[in-house]
Amino acid sequence: MPHDHESHLSSSGHPYRKDQDKPLTYWQNMEISVREILIQKGIVSNLEIHQTIDDMDNRSPANGAKVVARAWTDQNYKKRLLENASDASKELGFDIGALKLIALENTETIHNVIVCTLCSCYPRNLLGLPPDWYKQRSYRSRIVKFPRKVLKEFGLHLSDDISIRVHDSTADMRYIVLPLRPKGTEKLSVEKLEALVTRDSMIGVGLPKSI
Amino acid sequence: MTVKIKSLFPPGHVRTPSYLRGKVGEIERELGYFHNPEQLAYDLPAQKIKLYRVRFTMSEIWGEEVECASDTIDAEIYEHWIEKD
Repeated sequence: MPHDHESHLSSSGHPYRKDQDKPLTYWQNMEISVREILIQKGIVSNLEIHQTIDDMDNRSPANGAKVVARAWTDQNYKKRLLENASDASKELGFDIGALKLIALENTETIHNVIVCTLCSCYPRNLLGLPPDWYKQRSYRSRIVKFPRKVLKEFGLHLSDDISIRVHDSTADMRYIVLPLRPKGTEKLSVEKLEALVTRDSMIGVGLPKSI
Repeated sequence: MTVKIKSLFPPGHVRTPSYLRGKVGEIERELGYFHNPEQLAYDLPAQKIKLYRVRFTMSEIWGEEVECASDTIDAEIYEHWIEKD
């Protein structure tokens, strides 16, 4: 009945999320048990666990934007970033841990784009959690075969004289694209430049905002 | 240096994508030594293996279906998957 159907929708037209009334799954029980044992044995505290979750949730593309804007305004930093992106991002307080980071520089003739065809490897220390499309088969399988078509779907039309380099994160490296600095931004402060750097421009499916 | 990726299809956790197996590319850079994920995934003692970034042309991978022949794909490939000329 129409009325029943409507009652499942919020005033903005979205369905309400159902209450979680089912018993815990095997793996939910496992997670709670392991966490409680770790706390009981004093290996980690409850506070540390929640602070770590908070830290992980707070990572966002604003971190990557700081790295990019710094590279745009400091040639020595840019050199260090292209030589060893793990160390260069650590300099700004963004530690990638055991993994290695490679920065890929876009030029007037080269456009870089990143993917993980095997799973969803992503530079989380600089960009936060990956967007859903990055993890989906549709992006992962098509960007390696039809990069120009897929980039057009993102609204990015590249001319034929720009070579596309697709980078598949198959193992221990993570990648971030260093996009071209937008024209006419020579006088902008680092903070203003950071605001132009989009998440998509650091994945390579977009460009920074122009002014 | 020109290399060919081995055309093997072993079971298990393998980090060499199928679409690159049997394909010829150029070593773009060496990345150092990393634990073999094919052992690591099963909690077995994992030896450290040299990891490379290999660059392939789109035409090498996709043949006539290619969108733009000069576009490239770079991927990380462990040494035991690489045949050197």
